[in-house]
Amino acid sequence: MTGRINLKVQIGELLLQNPVMPASGAFGEGMDELVDFNQLGAVVPKSITRYPRGGNPTPRICETPSGMINSIGIQSKGLDDYLAHTIPYYSRYHVPLIPSISGDSIEEFVEMSRIIALEEAVAGLELNISCPNLKGNGLSFGMDEEVTYQLISEVRQVTTKPLLAKLTPNVTSIVDIAKSAVRAGADSLVVANTLLAMAIDTESWKPKIGNLMGGLSGPAVRPVIVRMVYQVAQAVDVPIIGCGGIMCGRDAIEMMLAGATAVQIGTASFLNPTAMLEIIEEIKAYLKEHQLEDIQQLIGQAHSQIKQE
Amino acid sequence: MRDFRLKVVFNQQVSQRYWHLCLDASSIQEDIKPGQFFNIFCSDYSTEPFLRRPFSLYHFDKMHLEFLYAIKGVGTKALTHYQKGDTLNVLGPLGQFFQLPKNTREILLLARGVGIATLAALAYEAYERGIKVVGVLSARTNDDLVIADTLQSLGMVIYKVTDENKTSDIENVMERLSFILKQRTIDAVYTCGSRRLTRLLQRVSSEYGIYGEVALEENMGCSVGVCYACVCQIKEKEDSQSVRICREGPVFPLEKVLV
Repeated sequence: MTGRINLKVQIGELLLQNPVMPASGAFGEGMDELVDFNQLGAVVPKSITRYPRGGNPTPRICETPSGMINSIGIQSKGLDDYLAHTIPYYSRYHVPLIPSISGDSIEEFVEMSRIIALEEAVAGLELNISCPNLKGNGLSFGMDEEVTYQLISEVRQVTTKPLLAKLTPNVTSIVDIAKSAVRAGADSLVVANTLLAMAIDTESWKPKIGNLMGGLSGPAVRPVIVRMVYQVAQAVDVPIIGCGGIMCGRDAIEMMLAGATAVQIGTASFLNPTAMLEIIEEIKAYLKEHQLEDIQQLIGQAHSQIKQE
Repeated sequence: MRDFRLKVVFNQQVSQRYWHLCLDASSIQEDIKPGQFFNIFCSDYSTEPFLRRPFSLYHFDKMHLEFLYAIKGVGTKALTHYQKGDTLNVLGPLGQFFQLPKNTREILLLARGVGIATLAALAYEAYERGIKVVGVLSARTNDDLVIADTLQSLGMVIYKVTDENKTSDIENVMERLSFILKQRTIDAVYTCGSRRLTRLLQRVSSEYGIYGEVALEENMGCSVGVCYACVCQIKEKEDSQSVRICREGPVFPLEKVLV
């Protein structure tokens, strides 16, 4: 064992035993036969909506070079079922539970955050502001600085628990949105959700996704997300959680060098259900190999390397 | 369910479009049932194919897992490159399996294309339990009906219908089913591989009051019930609800699925 190596990181007031957590939507109860959830930095179950929702038409997923497009539509059993089943289920694990919240309106975000944050088992909240604002123009909340500010500051009023804002990469300037989220009181930023994408079948001439467009994930997007993490890290002081195409320990290290304090793993878990545990081991091995004792020594190092030149 | 690394015993082409993959399953302790599937990594973290591919079992015993697959795209094409001695990541067994109701003496299988392989697993189990099997197997060409002769050689009554012989249309299949149901006492019906044939068998099973099941296929993400990519609509009382094919399926009661 490598007892001397420290993998602990801090996200707001949350102390994580290691920086590896699942990305919402790529994690759930079905994985408990394969993964010991107690080994993770935190658990982030699939985004919850206020009311039950059936989700989008099929096909909901298609493969692309080095990635995949999905448009699931947040199929959900609603908040009541979440409180009755999902939270009690995750309470049995001793790692921080971070519910991911997806509202159709700012009012729904506020209502759900207030109710879920009251649960003792809940350590923090991820606000999935990448979902569409049905009371607005249908664009994601996170595409507009003002809406982002309003949403997060209103949720801030109803809970003192750490708030993680999951940003959408489908914006002109993610830095402006990031600043807005932090100004409103976000304790951490998840950079980022999936990239809006499309694929068309050249035989049937039809879009490969039932909802026509969907979110691209996987290693295809990683360089874009590394760039965004780097830019956001220059602009804000809160911890960033890097999310986008991390498949192995080195990919996680790259994200941390760009400025991420922790990482979320999504698509990799579909290819390899134990990817998160392997990534934790690979990070440890990397630190050992580079004779580093503390993972903190990596965070944002790409920035200081440039300054030194 | 586990992510096994299994050695290829053989992987050979058995017709123009079909391949037969056999894996060494001696390390698998889990109980495996017909209708269940495995999610196979057809390459190692390549650009394409990127995701795993789900394959239902064609045949299995304590030592071997066998899959019969058609080359449909980059995933199945990549799988053909694996040779004896290579290893594959194989996640499973996954999903719900076929049920043979108590005191079943004879079953009817209606399968199309690669769905024939899925139902063959059930046919072998029925055969071992002394249950008689009648099969109506549909495919584009006679060449695609690679296992029809194998099933026939075990004493099963097999009817072949194909597009090339213009015998696979609904009217002809319906006629065939009516003939079988009048001649024999069928206790349960099963189908896989075609929405059109599933709808037909729904009508027939309801008309004759026979228990039925269908195995569905869909593109999958995680295959363990996490991502909600592979869903179908199921009748629930007056309503319908969206359920996961990888978890609540792939085998469903025939009358419940909306196809």
